[in-house]
Amino acid sequence: MKIGAPVESAADEARVALTPDSARQLAKLGHSCIIQKGAGKAAGFSDDTYKEAGVEIAATAAALFKAADVIIKVQRPNDAELKRLSADKTLISFFWPGQNEKALKAVASTGASAIAMDMVPRISRAQKMDALSSMANIAGYRSVMEAGNNFGRFFTGQVTAAGKVPPAKVLIVGAGVAGLAAIGAATSLGAMVYAFDVRPEVAEQIESMGAEFVFLDFEQEQSDGAETGGYAAPSSPEFREKQLAKFRELAPEMDIVITTALIPGRDAPKLWLEDMVSLQKPGSVVVDLAAERGGNCDLTVMDKKIVSENGVTIVGYTDFPSQMAAQSSTLYSTNIRHMMTDLTPDKDGKLKHDMKDDVIRGATASHKGKITFPPPPPKIAAIAAKAPVAPEPSAEELLALEALKLKKAGSQQTALLVFGGLLMLLIGAYAPSSFMQHFIVFVLSCFIGFQVIWNVSHSLHTPLMAITNAISGIIILGALLQIGSSGFIITILASISVLIAMINIVGGFMVTRRMLQMFQKS
Amino acid sequence: MGIGIVTATYIAASVLFILALGGLSNQEKAKRAVWYGIVGMALAVVATMFGPGVGGWSIILLIPLLGVGAFIGMVVAQRVEMTEMPQLVAALHSFVGLAAVFIGLNSDILGTHGLVGAEIAIHEVEVFLGVFIGAITFTGSIIAYGKLAGKIDGKALVLPFRHLLNIAAIIFSLILLLMYMNHSGSWTLYLMMIIAFALGAHLVAAIGGADMPVVVSMLNSYSGWAAAATGFLLGNDLLIVTGALVGSSGAILSYIMCKAMNRSFISVILGGFGGSKGPAMEIDGEMIATDVNTVVAQLNDAKSIVIIPGYGMAVAQAQQSVSELTRRLRDKGKNVRFAIHPVAGRLPGHMNVLLAEAKVPYDIVLEMDEINDDFPETDIAIVIGSNDIVNPAAQEDPNSPIAGMPVLECWKAKSVIVSKRGQGTGYSGIENPLFFKENTRMLYGDAKASLDQILQSLS
Repeated sequence: MKIGAPVESAADEARVALTPDSARQLAKLGHSCIIQKGAGKAAGFSDDTYKEAGVEIAATAAALFKAADVIIKVQRPNDAELKRLSADKTLISFFWPGQNEKALKAVASTGASAIAMDMVPRISRAQKMDALSSMANIAGYRSVMEAGNNFGRFFTGQVTAAGKVPPAKVLIVGAGVAGLAAIGAATSLGAMVYAFDVRPEVAEQIESMGAEFVFLDFEQEQSDGAETGGYAAPSSPEFREKQLAKFRELAPEMDIVITTALIPGRDAPKLWLEDMVSLQKPGSVVVDLAAERGGNCDLTVMDKKIVSENGVTIVGYTDFPSQMAAQSSTLYSTNIRHMMTDLTPDKDGKLKHDMKDDVIRGATASHKGKITFPPPPPKIAAIAAKAPVAPEPSAEELLALEALKLKKAGSQQTALLVFGGLLMLLIGAYAPSSFMQHFIVFVLSCFIGFQVIWNVSHSLHTPLMAITNAISGIIILGALLQIGSSGFIITILASISVLIAMINIVGGFMVTRRMLQMFQKS
Repeated sequence: MGIGIVTATYIAASVLFILALGGLSNQEKAKRAVWYGIVGMALAVVATMFGPGVGGWSIILLIPLLGVGAFIGMVVAQRVEMTEMPQLVAALHSFVGLAAVFIGLNSDILGTHGLVGAEIAIHEVEVFLGVFIGAITFTGSIIAYGKLAGKIDGKALVLPFRHLLNIAAIIFSLILLLMYMNHSGSWTLYLMMIIAFALGAHLVAAIGGADMPVVVSMLNSYSGWAAAATGFLLGNDLLIVTGALVGSSGAILSYIMCKAMNRSFISVILGGFGGSKGPAMEIDGEMIATDVNTVVAQLNDAKSIVIIPGYGMAVAQAQQSVSELTRRLRDKGKNVRFAIHPVAGRLPGHMNVLLAEAKVPYDIVLEMDEINDDFPETDIAIVIGSNDIVNPAAQEDPNSPIAGMPVLECWKAKSVIVSKRGQGTGYSGIENPLFFKENTRMLYGDAKASLDQILQSLS
């Protein structure tokens, strides 16, 4: 198959869907590549570098569309491009089929297959072709650069001979891929970064990037992103009110606000209202990454930079990825290349459009003359749904449980004591008083032993054994008392006992001392 | 010296012994505690020697005996390697047992002078009990010594009808006791002694290698009870007090050990490793070998390292190398700690003593409960010569013989390096799924040799 990348028709689009590197990789799959003359120029790839990578050069768009079997593009196709498609061709590009019904019908009528890079399902396997994420990453980074360009002060706090510079405070609204990338860029520049998102589960991700999660005290059951494929869902009016109140509170302090809040298939929610802008300090910057879909900020003008009455700069550019064309082309062409890898599973240069494959099915907007949008939900959920957590026992329940345990232990102990007492009585009833005197000593000693030994530190168990060993040599007393008795055998046995007990005593104590001396603190 | 003064000395000695045991609650106090014990013992021996009941001429006999005993004890204590500690403790227990037997026999020969009525019966029971416990302690300790020193096969000896044999031995001893009390003659005592010798040997022989820490502490306990029984026999309160202290100490140690292995005390004493309840879980994956250079690179990158030593470290005499490795890594600013399982080694606290000998500071040597939660944040866990105590099967496989035993969860560390001699199973013969985990790498070879190579490459 021949894969062709035309010059992007949209104005100011600097990106290109094919780079020399991705062309080399595609060649390994058995494909050949063709590119329209000058298509990579804006992204910094000259025609010569393409030629070196074995890519044919087509002089015009018409020639390219004719030669190529697979058309790869960045921006959605315009009418002229759609007309050039035919049944044997496949188009891979951003398509936005949800907002672009006319184009969808047009492409279906030509019979060509259209794969929308923006419809790649958000499952782990498809991450390598998730162009939205790779573009959002760039947009997030670039938004911080753009803010810095328009911001008249340092990001990082400094104490210099010429005075103290406070760090810039940055608020990121919406912690998706772009938001997280912006957090990363802003924190590494030294700013104090706060971030907000309606999905409570991203708090951890925000904190992992080094920002502070703006916590909203709201009782509502907040939906986690698992049901919506990792995207945010619209929030209730009460929640929205609370959220705006929080923003109003933050607005006077924030030097830079970057909004990235988008809900799939809807206009961008208005989150940074006019009054918030008026609360901000002059010189502050708002970068609205949702400008393409109407903007999160009331004042945003798409593709324009404006300055509000109180001197706040509001940036509404939509072409952040295009501004970093070399980087974004590299990432996007890699996403395309991965998509091609999935489309040519046998690496034989033949396209296999497998509509049973979750990823390919999900991304396909039109196939064999039929509109295949919207796709059925993927079989694998993007994020594992949270398992229902067993309710934590309340404080009272815990207390009751504790009391019950204590009571049980208490009654056990009582039973043991009663039993022991009865046993003692039984012994006392029959045994002579001289025995009972010794017995009381014995029982008390056992008790003391139990109390004392529990406190012995784990690491000293070996010395404990050695020292108890030594003092169990106390049995020598018995032998000492017997040695003076008449009788040869008794003396012999007692003598041996004295000897070995003495070995035990001295050996035990010496070893204990040796061991304890070795324990040293660092 | 009058009886009053001797008794007063005994009271002092008892208090000193209690202080000696209580002092072991921390390392610094413990050094003083040993002196309490020594002083207590010296007081007791001197008071008894010069007290009533010991004839003047016997002192002449006693002094050389005590001298020779002390000398042998000193030599043994100075020569013993710290890795041989378990054997030494077991051997010393056997002495206490033997002494108890001899004293019991002597009491039998001396007869029941001046006793009346129930006192005679009680005396006879005491003699019998003293000899019985002493004899079990004696042979049990000898077998334990043999197993620990590697002179006897460490595997559990499983005789047919072994439980029946034990019960029969106890019942027969009881019958002999009744005959002895009915004045059937001293032969009943001797016969019982022989039975008890056999019983002690059989009890310990039936217990497998991994349960050795329990056995040693159990014998410790027995030696205490033997001393207490002798105390009753002679009407000596100091013996009773000390015996009871030692007995309960050993009992608590055994309990702690059993709990650490999730086994009931009874099942350990009855011996033999319980048969598995079903087929063991299939183990996926394979053992992946690594080499010294990779390990060194990993160590250089790691921030947090936990070392888990086991009996294998003692066998390879690798504790010095471990200590040196620890010192070097700590000098590089890495957080190096030790995780000690309660039953690591063959003696309670065995690993602590070995590491202390190698001058590893004791404040980085942690217990299982203290460190188990830290494994997920650990970069490298190094397992040196331990096996069952790091076996995930204890948690994952309900059919495993060690199911439910608390283990060190080292597999939660980012990577695990296992230093091991070969691919075989450990002492208990249980397959260890840890070795097959994805983040585990096997460093084959003698632990000391491997560590020395690592030390050379670690700049």
